[in-house]
Amino acid sequence: MKPAVFNYIRPESVEETLQLLSDYGDDAKILSGGQSLIPVLNMRLSTPKYLIDIGRLEGLNYIREEGDHLSVGALVKHKDIESSPLVKELCPILGEAIRWVGTTQIRNRGTIGGSIAHGDPSAELPCVLAALRGEIVVASLEGEDVLSPEEFFLTYMLTSMQPDQVIKEIRFPIMSKKSAFSFVEVARTHGDFALAEAAVILETDETETVIKAQIAVGGVNPTPTVLEEVEDHIMGKKLTDELLTEVRRMTEGNVDPESDLHGTAEYRRELVGVLVQRALKTAGERVKKGAGRHE
Amino acid sequence: MNKRIVALTINGVDVQRKVASRMLLTDFIRDELKLTGTNVGCEHGVCGACTILLNGESVRSCLMLAVQADGYEIETVESLQNDNGTLNTLQQSFKDCHGLQCGFCTPGFLMTVTSFLKENEDPTEEEIREAISGNLCRCTGYANIVKSVQRTVQSQRTSKSLTEPVCHTDHKQNETVQIS
Ligand SMILES: Cc1cc2nc3c(=O)[nH]c(=O)nc-3n(C[C@H](O)[C@H](O)[C@H](O)COP(=O)(O)OP(=O)(O)OC[C@H]3O[C@@H](n4cnc5c(N)ncnc54)[C@H](O)[C@@H]3O)c2cc1C
Ligand code: FES
Ligand code: FES
Repeated sequence: MKPAVFNYIRPESVEETLQLLSDYGDDAKILSGGQSLIPVLNMRLSTPKYLIDIGRLEGLNYIREEGDHLSVGALVKHKDIESSPLVKELCPILGEAIRWVGTTQIRNRGTIGGSIAHGDPSAELPCVLAALRGEIVVASLEGEDVLSPEEFFLTYMLTSMQPDQVIKEIRFPIMSKKSAFSFVEVARTHGDFALAEAAVILETDETETVIKAQIAVGGVNPTPTVLEEVEDHIMGKKLTDELLTEVRRMTEGNVDPESDLHGTAEYRRELVGVLVQRALKTAGERVKKGAGRHE
Repeated sequence: MNKRIVALTINGVDVQRKVASRMLLTDFIRDELKLTGTNVGCEHGVCGACTILLNGESVRSCLMLAVQADGYEIETVESLQNDNGTLNTLQQSFKDCHGLQCGFCTPGFLMTVTSFLKENEDPTEEEIREAISGNLCRCTGYANIVKSVQRTVQSQRTSKSLTEPVCHTDHKQNETVQIS
């Protein structure tokens, strides 16, 4: 299990990267942290002619507050998101979810751009990005595009990115101080990919009525899925046990998981219903306690 | 373009080699540098046997190309022993607490725990279990590995010499366990 022969190129700038991608097109593959790509190369599921290592590019490694969102450069490593005070302060659900990505050794090398580009429907970051209604900035020699997760993720491991494009930045909307959140996941062991996961951001008024709800699930559809129907259904209501039971049923009706070695479709469907119910309950309790964003 | 010079520091020694770009860092360490303490289990990032330190942080050496490590500082299990060649506290604790049986996974565990204990000097059992969750052991059942880590923490805290009474591994209990 060794990679096939390739030409290794380490460009010095984003511009040079884009030029290389434009020249080599389908023959080239971008290497970032390598935590998903190297296994793929080792198993020879991919045999690119050119491997373009962007891992050391200056200028794509930043976490910045910009207006209503947090801009995260594609080369920011998972471990740096985990320890970022800015993430904890402005987008705490991201800090919570990132700890579910693989294990320490993976998070020490893996990057946010790689996690998004890989397009794995059970990955944590795409699910959080979908719930938050974040954006993905992709660039080519032609210019930049800002895409919603819906436009970006097409199906299992497939995104709308073209061979000449690179992800430059991911934008995570800043969470309201009055909101609370919950990210829950069930995996076979910690560090494994999720069997199912749910991300919830919730705001209620003083009468405990829901005034804002953002809910997404992963691992159960070909792409991360925003549960708009559920969001609409709980708006203007209180999170009673009956409502949460309805939410569970609605969630089950909004997903179409597949069976695999690790779980049947029925199991995943039921699991994700329970997870959404649980995440909403937790978020509801957190808003009530005023724990808000800092829990 | 498919051969490149890699210059890095390994266990304090500067090395430079011209290698194929597709060479994995594990193979660079084992075959080029002949440091065979680092083991290779799965070669796709799952088992942790190949864990090394890259600028002090634990990473999978099977998920890196040697060329990606150009310019970095690497530490492998060979770096752990004391200057006089004896086992360091962590290694000694693994020995004392039976934190290994076949030993295949051990270099990976030792490197993972080395970087973990630098960041967390007084971990709870839960934190230890989380820290080692990326390393697979097919022999020990992990209990004695956790004890080995706890024993290391304990020895480092009290700075006691390791000739003091050993860890809590209860040999008697092990002997009397009946498998029905
Ligand atoms: C044992 C193990 C467990 C894991 N568990 C999880 C988990 O629980 N959850 C999870 O989400 N992930 C998990 N991962 C995957 C890990 O998170 C990867 O780090 C991440 O998916 C990819 O990031 P990377 O920087 O390593 O990308 P790479 O491996 O370098 O690249 C991945 C893909 O993205 C492309 N790419 C990378 N960067 C860019 C960019 N800026 N622009 C365009 N394309 C780009 C590459 O061409 C490649 O196709 C696991 C991996 C392993 C080995
Ligand atoms: S050999 Fe690297 S993780 Fe298994
Ligand atoms: S001691 Fe044999 S695999 Fe861990």
